[in-house]
Amino acid sequence: MIDLNLVLPEIFISLALMFLLIVGVFKKNSSSLIYNLTTLSLFVLLALVLNLSHIEEAFIFNQSYKIDHLSNFMKILTLISAIFVMLTSSKYLKLTKIFKIEYPVLILSSILGMMVMISSNDLIVFYMGLELQSLALYVLASFNRDNLLSTESGLKYFVLSALSSGLLLYGCSLIYGFSGSTNFNEIAISISNVQYGLTFGIVFILVGLAFKISAVPFHMWAPDVYQGSPTSVTLFFAILPKIAALTVFIRFLYVPFISMIDQWQMIIIFLSIASMIFGAIAAIGQKNLKRLVAYSSISHMGYALAGLTTGTNEGIQSSIIYLSIYLVMNLALFSCIFMMRRNENYFENIDDLSGLSKNHPVLSFSMLIILFSLAGIPPLAGFFAKFYIFKAVIEQSMYFLAIVGLLSTVIAAFYYLRIIKIIYFDSEKEKYDKDHPIGLKLSLLLSTTFILIYFIYPNAINDLVSKINII
Amino acid sequence: MNIPILSSLILLPTVGAFFIFFAKSNKKKYQSSKYVALFISLANFLLSLYLWFIFDNTVSEFQFVENRKWIAGFVNYKVGVDGISILFIILTTFITPLCIISVNSTIENRLKDFLVAILLMETLMIGVFCSLDLLVFYLFFEGGLIPMFLIIGIWGGERRVYSAFKFFLYTLLGSVLMLIAIISIYWITGTTDVEKLYEIGIDVKYQNLLWLAFFTSFAVKTPMWPVHTWLPDAHVEAPTAGSVLLAAILLKMAGYGFIRFSLGLFPVASEYFIPLIYLLSLVAIIYTSLVALMQDDMKKLIAYSSVAHMGFVTLGIFTMTQQGIEGSIFQMVSHGLLSAALFLSVGVIYDRMHTRLISQYGGIVSIMPKYAIVFMIFTLGAIGLPGTTGFIGEFLILMGTFKKNFLVATIASLGVILAAAYMLWLYKRVIFGKLTNDNLKKMVDLKKSEILILWSLAVPTILFGFYPEPLINTIEVSVSNLIEMYNLNVENYLVKNSQ
Repeated sequence: MIDLNLVLPEIFISLALMFLLIVGVFKKNSSSLIYNLTTLSLFVLLALVLNLSHIEEAFIFNQSYKIDHLSNFMKILTLISAIFVMLTSSKYLKLTKIFKIEYPVLILSSILGMMVMISSNDLIVFYMGLELQSLALYVLASFNRDNLLSTESGLKYFVLSALSSGLLLYGCSLIYGFSGSTNFNEIAISISNVQYGLTFGIVFILVGLAFKISAVPFHMWAPDVYQGSPTSVTLFFAILPKIAALTVFIRFLYVPFISMIDQWQMIIIFLSIASMIFGAIAAIGQKNLKRLVAYSSISHMGYALAGLTTGTNEGIQSSIIYLSIYLVMNLALFSCIFMMRRNENYFENIDDLSGLSKNHPVLSFSMLIILFSLAGIPPLAGFFAKFYIFKAVIEQSMYFLAIVGLLSTVIAAFYYLRIIKIIYFDSEKEKYDKDHPIGLKLSLLLSTTFILIYFIYPNAINDLVSKINII
Repeated sequence: MNIPILSSLILLPTVGAFFIFFAKSNKKKYQSSKYVALFISLANFLLSLYLWFIFDNTVSEFQFVENRKWIAGFVNYKVGVDGISILFIILTTFITPLCIISVNSTIENRLKDFLVAILLMETLMIGVFCSLDLLVFYLFFEGGLIPMFLIIGIWGGERRVYSAFKFFLYTLLGSVLMLIAIISIYWITGTTDVEKLYEIGIDVKYQNLLWLAFFTSFAVKTPMWPVHTWLPDAHVEAPTAGSVLLAAILLKMAGYGFIRFSLGLFPVASEYFIPLIYLLSLVAIIYTSLVALMQDDMKKLIAYSSVAHMGFVTLGIFTMTQQGIEGSIFQMVSHGLLSAALFLSVGVIYDRMHTRLISQYGGIVSIMPKYAIVFMIFTLGAIGLPGTTGFIGEFLILMGTFKKNFLVATIASLGVILAAAYMLWLYKRVIFGKLTNDNLKKMVDLKKSEILILWSLAVPTILFGFYPEPLINTIEVSVSNLIEMYNLNVENYLVKNSQ
């Protein structure tokens, strides 16, 4: 007997999606209603997922779908981030005139795809989830269709992403061919010795996944897409797909292929080091804030991957904590970017922040906290994120990775400092508007407070994450 | 002790900063926020004096220890003081109110933010000297970068951005290696608790690398030659109060770190690297003294003299003798008072003339006699004239060095002569001579607040110069315990090796 309660969240989100689409088609000028209903349904979803959070481990649909602490934690993370994305971006959408019914529906469908990815325990299920979220993201990237940059970014993302999906699918087929199954558990059992076919399969799949989290050398799309997409979509890009992709990274590497760690460890180390260094160096010359965030997120993903190189539960947990803190920092940073608005126009160049501290002390103080945290300066949350990673990495005596990682934080500190310099040391410009929606203020307040006071009680998150034991 | 006195010391300034930050800002209330900050920092000073009063200087154990769970199963928040750290805490709480008083018309814009930054600095600095856990130490040590970066960058001089970046990146680069070392220590020994680490010790085969990692961080912070170049820039560009904090306290973090961690945790490695430290210290003493001679900017001159003085400190620490280490601690306290005083003195005339170039001054003695007197006291102190704290420190250090190495001590003594040369020459050019610059005639002598600040630094300089007992008594037991532990460890290692 299939216990459908386990997939209640997914069933609910699918129904909500169709229902909202129908409402949108038959009711005129309903974009505001749909937007609010979407936010509401995200809350309901959150409640439904929380309701399952006691489950240690459960399989459904012939073991192809898995509910455990990892999937629950990641789903909760996804949903909370999605709620904040919705709360922060409504005003932006209205002012840039892309407040349409399709927007929230696309967001919901991409979240459905992510949830499927997070819970997948089978190559085919995983691929379905991935494609569902990607298709929605292609449209979202080019959502501002009258804008040249936005359409360009959508197209670019589509072409490159389709290529990587193709590679990924090829990898899946290789693995199926050499192991005789698509199910993660069964693959794990069938691996007896190292087969090069399997190694090739892993490589192809890792390429596809690296593309999704924009790890170097598969990062080329990120800066253009981040810059071209509407800012609300950029925020979405910067946060949500990474949660799902990292979960798949963990599941894929640690469930079926843990015995082949020697084969894939070097690849992850390379991805990690390359992303850390490249992200740090390439961000130095940027002028556009969104582009800078793209490079910084490349570099941050490098750190998150560093945790996965270790082959230990500690490493996985450190990656998950890193990801959680990274989300909060990005959310806070984008909340600040949304506040750079003057006369219904949004600004996104770094120079537009010049002298912000004189007219907007609170906003610039938040920026200060966020940027120092992104740079990993103690005692802010960003430091602890890096600290856990390095703790796990050094436990495995991978000093080279640790030293490269820490040196690239110093390089990265330079460009974060540059922004702080522009905010605090440079001469002031015109004031920005101060009438921000309550949701935006709330998300900035909550995320900045989190970053600031995380160090007082770090166990809050650590305890939750320490339940996640994959190996 | 039921009251967590150390935590109160650490937290009080932050609480004050919090109130000042959220107080409504308008022009009239600007002054009142200064009084709030002053009140808070004075209260903290009194609290630290009370701490010194109830401190038992006959035992070598850490006192007032607080141990709280922090990151589950990994790091505890642990603070405590012994004879070595308590002096630095008092120095910090003593200098901070003086900094706040010295804040005047030069920092017109954003006074409130400035006070917040200074109070946060105080929290972090006290935290560094109290912490008994490596990670907690690192947190405080690194956290200090943020407010200091802002102090230099926002309120600094013309090249403030360059200096702030240089300061930040140098220090950060130095200390990331320390972080790796701290994590490695955790995996090697299973703890980052300093007291426990003292007991169990760290395996000798790891010590050299770990020592080097810590050394990188402390050498940048001290600063030792050749990584001292950030210091003159930072000093010159920082506002007076910033220079004072930097010279008086921030530099001491590294000296303290050498004593507490390098000697305490890695005795065998410390013994091994003595020649390196001697060499770098001597270069610092001689080379930067010569550089100081050639400066035409007063702040830069004092900054280079700081490097030279810190060279004495590192030299003294690594003599591993009772006199040497006591002398180093004494020298750090003395340098804390004197460099603060010298920077404040420069600040006094800079506020009036808006130039730091020595050539612009001359013959001030006839216009500002009161100023000439205090400046004289500090100059003599910096030279190390008997009767000032500077003498006691340098004398003890040289005594300790003579015990160990005659040649090193001789060369170091030359540094004392050079110090006399550059300081007296500075004094001569600024205070004496003919009054050639007409603008100088408009200068007024010291104001009341300036008299208060400068004399409250001059009094301890002379007092402890004649009567160093209270300070020496406080540190004596802790230092001898440290040396005993050190010698025991090194001997054990040598015995093991010879077998």
